[in-house]
Amino acid sequence: MSKNIDIIENPVLKVENLSIAYNKADKYAVKDVNVTIKKNAITAIMGPSGCGKSTMLRAINRMHELYPDIRTEGNIYLNGDNIMKMDTIQLRRKIGMVFQRPNPFPTMSIYDNVIAGYKLNGIRIKKSQRDDIVERSLTDVALWNEVKDSLHKKGTFLSGGQQQRLCIARSIAFQPEVILLDEPTSALDPIATSKVEDLLVKLKENYTIVLVTHNMSQAARISEYSMFMYLGDLVEYGKTKMMFTNPRDKKTEEYLTGKFG
Amino acid sequence: MENINTPIELTKNSAFRALKDKAFLWGVIIVSIITISPIVLIIGKLVWKGVSQINLSFFTEITPSTFEAMTAVASGEVIPGGIVNGILGTFLIVFLSAIIAIPVGILIGLFLFENQGKRYANLIRSLSDILQGVPSIVLGLIAYLWVVKNVTQGYSALAGSVALAIMMLPLIIRSTEETMKMIPGTLKEAGLALGVPYYKVILKVLIPSGISGLSTGILLAISRILGETAPLMLTTLGNPMINWDVTAPTSAVPLLIWDFYNDPNMVDLIWSSSLFLMGFVLTLNIISKRIAAKQ
Repeated sequence: MSKNIDIIENPVLKVENLSIAYNKADKYAVKDVNVTIKKNAITAIMGPSGCGKSTMLRAINRMHELYPDIRTEGNIYLNGDNIMKMDTIQLRRKIGMVFQRPNPFPTMSIYDNVIAGYKLNGIRIKKSQRDDIVERSLTDVALWNEVKDSLHKKGTFLSGGQQQRLCIARSIAFQPEVILLDEPTSALDPIATSKVEDLLVKLKENYTIVLVTHNMSQAARISEYSMFMYLGDLVEYGKTKMMFTNPRDKKTEEYLTGKFG
Repeated sequence: MENINTPIELTKNSAFRALKDKAFLWGVIIVSIITISPIVLIIGKLVWKGVSQINLSFFTEITPSTFEAMTAVASGEVIPGGIVNGILGTFLIVFLSAIIAIPVGILIGLFLFENQGKRYANLIRSLSDILQGVPSIVLGLIAYLWVVKNVTQGYSALAGSVALAIMMLPLIIRSTEETMKMIPGTLKEAGLALGVPYYKVILKVLIPSGISGLSTGILLAISRILGETAPLMLTTLGNPMINWDVTAPTSAVPLLIWDFYNDPNMVDLIWSSSLFLMGFVLTLNIISKRIAAKQ
């Protein structure tokens, strides 16, 4: 990995020799990736479809294990603790996730959606504490003013962009260390997209954000570090500005200039 | 000259098309009438013949004796008594069947959903489909062997419930699996990504999201077994009195209809009992359609 020469201060996540295959016969979807991710920064993972970026992201909170025959090698460390040895339930409370399509729980109100992590896990907290968490999380995602009068309406009544911000609020209600976002704006219109982007920039003060995106200009706008993946390989990793102005690898350059992807 | 001819040919053509159009319209109307006439005729006949017998005592009193019915018929009066023993018996039997079949059916349905494409799950699914094709009288025989002979040592509501529960199972299994398939997988992911254990995701996210589908399936299964007669003849036998003991013979509305059919004095009660049963099944069907439509 001679191409990744940046030294990351304050790493919160460290990926070591990570390889993932969907089953025994398959080729690797992620091949021997080594990466450290900076605390309180946005790191973008870019690459053409099928390059392994979502698989890589999902491995960070082990959501990729939902596929029954998945094979994982290598380790990922969260603040020095090996997540492959952690309980997935505890791990996923420390590393939250937001998905491509907004997926608020359709049976729950806005309020209950935010607090869903506590509610579904049966964690009992006082009403005042619950109210605080809901207000804080919704304020953090800039949704509080829009929904404070309709907290008990169903979350699915909101617009797509609001729903996605609600999902982000749900994932930060536990105050995780890291938030993983899998193409969070690909189902949103430009205005909703820019709102989510603004919000991510604000959220990085308190959280470490890892973002998979198809949209190169999005990565350029909001991320501090970027990874470029191709066919499961981590081709290039470094400061986003550097990568966009002076890519070290020819493949990266071709992708960024629209030659393929 | 050819230019002048063309529109004339078009007119001919359009007259033929108009004729074809009319023919098809009438064809569709006739076929529709053929389709809906049985149900209209059935309901019409039941209401026509049965409604005169439906009064308060129909729902509050037990079946009359042959003698009472004969006297009433001879003097041209409405047959006294009602079918409350059958109604309550049906409720008891169906309630027991539902208690047996719903949890088992939902669990198996969830299992099949979670194990799509696996060999064992496919086997269970095929067997469940075969079970749906087993004649109900055969299920009655099986329940007779299992429960009547070995458990309750005699005809009993429980035996009938076991037979009907077996009938309900494949319907509930199928509807559970189909409902779960319709719930977007992203909801499951959302739950798991919040650090919620899998079983809690199923209980608190998937089942509540699919509750209308599940209840539709359950209601349809219940309306399917409400009118079953053959298995009950072999298992619950019938009872002229109200019975709440699950180990004792119990009456049911379809059994009463069969009894009335065999008693020339009680013919009028056939229609009112059938009307009641039909109305009940129809109501359940409409409710389940409503729930499904809301979804």
